[in-house]
Amino acid sequence: MPETTGTTTAADGGETAAGAATGATIELEALTKVYPGNPQPAVENVSMEIKAGETVIFVGPSGCGKSTTLKMINRLIEPSGGRIRINGEDVTDIDPVKLRRKVGYAIQSSGLFPHMTVAQNIALVPRMIGWSKARIRSRVEEMLDLVGLDPGEFHNRYPRQLSGGQQQRVGVARALAADPPVLLMDEPFGAVDPITRDHLQDELIRLQHELHKTIVFVTHDFDEAIKLGDRIAVLRERSHIAQFDTPEAILTNPADDFVSGFVGAGAALKRLNLSRVRDVAITEYPTVTVEDPLQHIFDRLRDAGTNEILLLDRHRRPYKWLRRGDLMRARGSLARAGTLVHDTVTRDATLRDALEAVLTDNAGRVAVTGRRGEYTGVVDMETLMNSVHELLEADRLDALEHQHDLEETRTGQTQAEQEGFGGIGGRA
Amino acid sequence: MNFWDFLGSRHQQLLADAYQHASAVFQCMVVATLLGVLIGVVTYRSEWAGNLATVSTSTILTIPSLAMIGLLIPIVGLGVPPTVTALTLYGLLPIVRNSIVGLRGVDPALVDAAKGIGMSRAARLLRVELPLAWPPILTGIRVSTQMLMGIAAIAAYASGPGLGNEIFRGIASLGSKNALNQVLAGTLGIIILALLFDAAYVLLGRLTIPRGIRA
Repeated sequence: MPETTGTTTAADGGETAAGAATGATIELEALTKVYPGNPQPAVENVSMEIKAGETVIFVGPSGCGKSTTLKMINRLIEPSGGRIRINGEDVTDIDPVKLRRKVGYAIQSSGLFPHMTVAQNIALVPRMIGWSKARIRSRVEEMLDLVGLDPGEFHNRYPRQLSGGQQQRVGVARALAADPPVLLMDEPFGAVDPITRDHLQDELIRLQHELHKTIVFVTHDFDEAIKLGDRIAVLRERSHIAQFDTPEAILTNPADDFVSGFVGAGAALKRLNLSRVRDVAITEYPTVTVEDPLQHIFDRLRDAGTNEILLLDRHRRPYKWLRRGDLMRARGSLARAGTLVHDTVTRDATLRDALEAVLTDNAGRVAVTGRRGEYTGVVDMETLMNSVHELLEADRLDALEHQHDLEETRTGQTQAEQEGFGGIGGRA
Repeated sequence: MNFWDFLGSRHQQLLADAYQHASAVFQCMVVATLLGVLIGVVTYRSEWAGNLATVSTSTILTIPSLAMIGLLIPIVGLGVPPTVTALTLYGLLPIVRNSIVGLRGVDPALVDAAKGIGMSRAARLLRVELPLAWPPILTGIRVSTQMLMGIAAIAAYASGPGLGNEIFRGIASLGSKNALNQVLAGTLGIIILALLFDAAYVLLGRLTIPRGIRA
């Protein structure tokens, strides 16, 4: 559903125009990198437009030039040809040091300076651009909070005293410290274990939900690309763009064999990664809390119309599933009755996570929780199957429409070339 | 006169010599450190310049110290100038080599990160590369100091300052009753000074190497 994504991005942009943090557009125009002594360019003629507040993923096999392309955006690698425009301003020839202070940069294995504390690392860019001490101090606390690390605990630690995942969080905090509109990430989660990577990806999604930066993210992991990207650029050798589209479109309608090879098997399962629990219908479930009197709980069980009810704890977090008769068997003791809730999903979890949880649950349902773990609803097998069918149907329609559009543009192009505008196409 | 009596009667002279010895080594080390790190900083980025710096400083080190001082006398005269020149030149090699090795040993990903977050070349060098290369540089300075302690004794040959004077006097009057005491006092003095300096470097390392990279 490319349209939906499009409108979301536009809406995000509108929202953030009022807020402090906002993304910037990035335009790459015929960007080329030729290394001396090598007749083949490493990156050849890459043009793309990245919208403000959008997360774009460069994905491709190793050595395809995706990293080189990324590093040309902040000119860590000077382009041999082409232009880069950020928010319409041509930055191809400005002082690279100035450019980089406006562009956040996070790399694999965090790139934290081991001789500086976490706070000093985060404070680097704000210090360079001359913020006041007080402002820097509060910003550091804010950033640590933002990436989910307790400022009091982590402030004075050195990078080697952190786990890989924590280091990566600090790396992201450092990149975002001076509130740059653009964030470049070069395989940032490549060196952490799969579980941590999953957490970090979720965190990044949450962050981006709050901040609406323009993020360009390089990875060779297509699943990561699907999970994080608003749009994905599948790159082949010399950074040629094989397809640049929404994850949905790439999954349901890969442009060619190269892309479908990269997508790999199990596109339908991967599609589940693209939708979140909040997008599907969450069923309301009868609930009681531990503070309710027993009589009330009995009444609810009898009137509920379902076989069981969900018992919430004092903070309204899912606690136990109570079946009819459980209370009887436990002689009225809530402490002994029912089965503990061992797995919940958040509203931001992907449908794939939800499916996983539902499949492993012995009764085929899982409780959905909000930000602080409080109960918001339940997802079961039936809801999931219905939503997946709807999603796939919608994708198919989109793909058909998309194909139609493509054919139309191609016809248009051919006509244009025949009419003598072929010069530009010929150079590309 | 036994050794202790000798020390008792000559302690003023010995302390003055020891002070001059330490002071000469210390001052030459300051100059050698500044010069050595500077040479390192200027040359580490280029393969051949770095090698040239290492090779030329190690060539200096192969010149026998007595010959070096002897050669310097006609050029700079007697006394302090040849001592300082020779000590500084000898002190260079460990510092230059360790600076180059240390600076080249900084993880390229970190340099990349420093560039990527917008640090200028000077900031990169001062805030990232040199601090990270500091432990090996400090090791170089320590080795250098130990070496200069010994070499400084030769300075007495050119009427330079320091404990070398005791040793040379002793050697010159071999057979006399205080000759051995003089040589012994000079040598032991140098060893004690060297140990004191080393202890100072350990302390300096504690104070200047950030906790995050301390071994």
